[in-house]
Amino acid sequence: MSEPLLKVQNLRIELSLRDGIAPVIDDLSFELGAGESISFVGESGCGKSMTALGIMGLLPEKVGRIASGTITFDGEELTTVTQKRLRAIRGNEISMIFQEPMTSLNPVYTVGEQIAEVLRAHQGLSKSAAWNCAIELLDAVRIPNARRRVSDYPFQMSGGQRQRVMIAIALACEPKILIADEPTTALDVTVQAEIFDLLNELKRQTGTAIIMITHDMGAVAEMAERMIVMYAGRNAEQGPVEQIIDHPRHPYTKGLISCVPHIMATLNDERYELTEIAGIVPPLREFGQDRCLFASRCNMVSQKCLDKRPPEAIFGDGQRAACWHAGAI
Amino acid sequence: MMIDDAQTKLLLDVQNLTVRFAIKRGGLFGKAKHLYAVDDISFQIKRGETLAIVGESGSGKTTAALAVARLVSAYKGRVNLNGTDFLSLQDEDLRQARSKMQFIFQDPYSSLNPRIRAEKIVCEPLDNLDTIPKEERQNIVDKLFEAVGLHHEQQRLFPHQFSGGQRQRIGIARALATQPDLIICDEPVSALDVAVQAQILNLLRKLQADFGLTFLFISHDLGVVQHMCDSIAVMYMGKIVEYGDRKSLFNNPLHPYTKALLSAVPSVDKKRRAESKRILIPGDPPDPLDLPKGCRFANRCPVAQGRCQSEKPRLNEVTQAHSVACHLVNETGIAPIHE
Repeated sequence: MSEPLLKVQNLRIELSLRDGIAPVIDDLSFELGAGESISFVGESGCGKSMTALGIMGLLPEKVGRIASGTITFDGEELTTVTQKRLRAIRGNEISMIFQEPMTSLNPVYTVGEQIAEVLRAHQGLSKSAAWNCAIELLDAVRIPNARRRVSDYPFQMSGGQRQRVMIAIALACEPKILIADEPTTALDVTVQAEIFDLLNELKRQTGTAIIMITHDMGAVAEMAERMIVMYAGRNAEQGPVEQIIDHPRHPYTKGLISCVPHIMATLNDERYELTEIAGIVPPLREFGQDRCLFASRCNMVSQKCLDKRPPEAIFGDGQRAACWHAGAI
Repeated sequence: MMIDDAQTKLLLDVQNLTVRFAIKRGGLFGKAKHLYAVDDISFQIKRGETLAIVGESGSGKTTAALAVARLVSAYKGRVNLNGTDFLSLQDEDLRQARSKMQFIFQDPYSSLNPRIRAEKIVCEPLDNLDTIPKEERQNIVDKLFEAVGLHHEQQRLFPHQFSGGQRQRIGIARALATQPDLIICDEPVSALDVAVQAQILNLLRKLQADFGLTFLFISHDLGVVQHMCDSIAVMYMGKIVEYGDRKSLFNNPLHPYTKALLSAVPSVDKKRRAESKRILIPGDPPDPLDLPKGCRFANRCPVAQGRCQSEKPRLNEVTQAHSVACHLVNETGIAPIHE
């Protein structure tokens, strides 16, 4: 088998806090093939966004650092490259769209200028060529009347349109990987559905691999081929989406799927209780301890879970779950 | 004396509620225009039941809830709570009546005063009403903390010492303090993490069963609504486009907008995804200051006809428990979009 496009091995990202160093990403390994789409799932504070920032080399300066592990992109080791090279990769070969389309665009520049800026910086296009390209991109993300809208300011656009502009900026240089950090949480469901359709279609056309970060299992099911469930900085479970939804092997994954009231195809009078995952994500200072960090919220907890960090149990088709009781679920 | 059973069970009766805001356009001498955020809507809630208002941002669902609680003033319409005309009350009567209608807010971070201890936050409604002797108030606070699943020791803490879910529990305890008949929940879980959402939703349902509460539930999340509610009103651009009980609305959605909303919800159920085709509604809602002559959804509706552009649809009953505002449904009684 050929080398995957992105290969992350035993990645550990540490944040220095007032009361010591916390591993916000603790021994994470995964692979992403060209044109593939994977999703990171988990609650806030589980390290989903940190993984993305780590890959992009955008960890908060002086606070966060990659302590060990490797990130290999297209044969190149990202943890050791120079800042200059990293800047060339960012936006050009790996790009990112953020959660808040309201705050991640600059309000004093027109959207056209913001798209053209990327093209000028990375591809060295002339001003007018970049502008024309910006119009094409707006058209590609299906903003009606692109030629006119290109001189609009962000405030003149709706939330969904702003997110489309963000996608246009991210896709301007035809990146090999697009990282989408909760791209639709600030949007309405109908707009979310349109953005998903758009991303899927662009992926088909350009062959861009997509890493999507989300907390919504439904979105994962619609968008991704494989998923990585994160809990407290660790990989709880990983594998093909359908397979995990049909048969999760980690109690956290199982909880995440069943704690959300899903719309049912046919409704009757019966109403089930939602499965709760009691408690909350542990505080940062507990990260990295040699035990199962989910144990305090788990209903299958045993002494073993409190004594030692569970290894990954391996199942068919690349499904892996870090739980002592994975076989029993 | 015979009293109609349905009448005694009716707790909240909202008739022709309209809320408008004055908007000034065109500089200093521009003419004031009015934006109708809620335009002539009517709904009822029976005691002990839950009505959900769903819709996308800008549909007017929150404004409607605020107007019911008189947190924004209604321009027209009537709100009848338990037989009293809530909108005409003044001064002391209003203060006392407000204790029967409480609010749970969306954002548990900004809706609690950061400088007041949790016990004081929960006790504040009682202090303001001043109808219960001081000695008994602590007792009530203790009970409320227990009812929402917080520990007794946590009463002395400040809001920042709680997690998001716990804060929302404090907000719920505060809403329960005055023993209200009606609680208006404005997106009570949308600011919370998925796993914590389930905890709060289960708590709300348990409290409803224990105390016989009635909820007006505002949400954009159809999954949550389906789980929580007895009847649902779907709003679009300030109007109710479809209104019905839980089963008939979800099993047989009639309005094209409701259909589109339902089809847009991502699903983990492989079968449901394969069965339901996504109905796209491209474009944006019309400018609320310059509303179209006909149906407000017509410019995005995949099945709109000439009549929809020119004539406003009325909310008509299809069955006793199900009304819809769509010309195409009114003619035939069946949904214009089939899967």
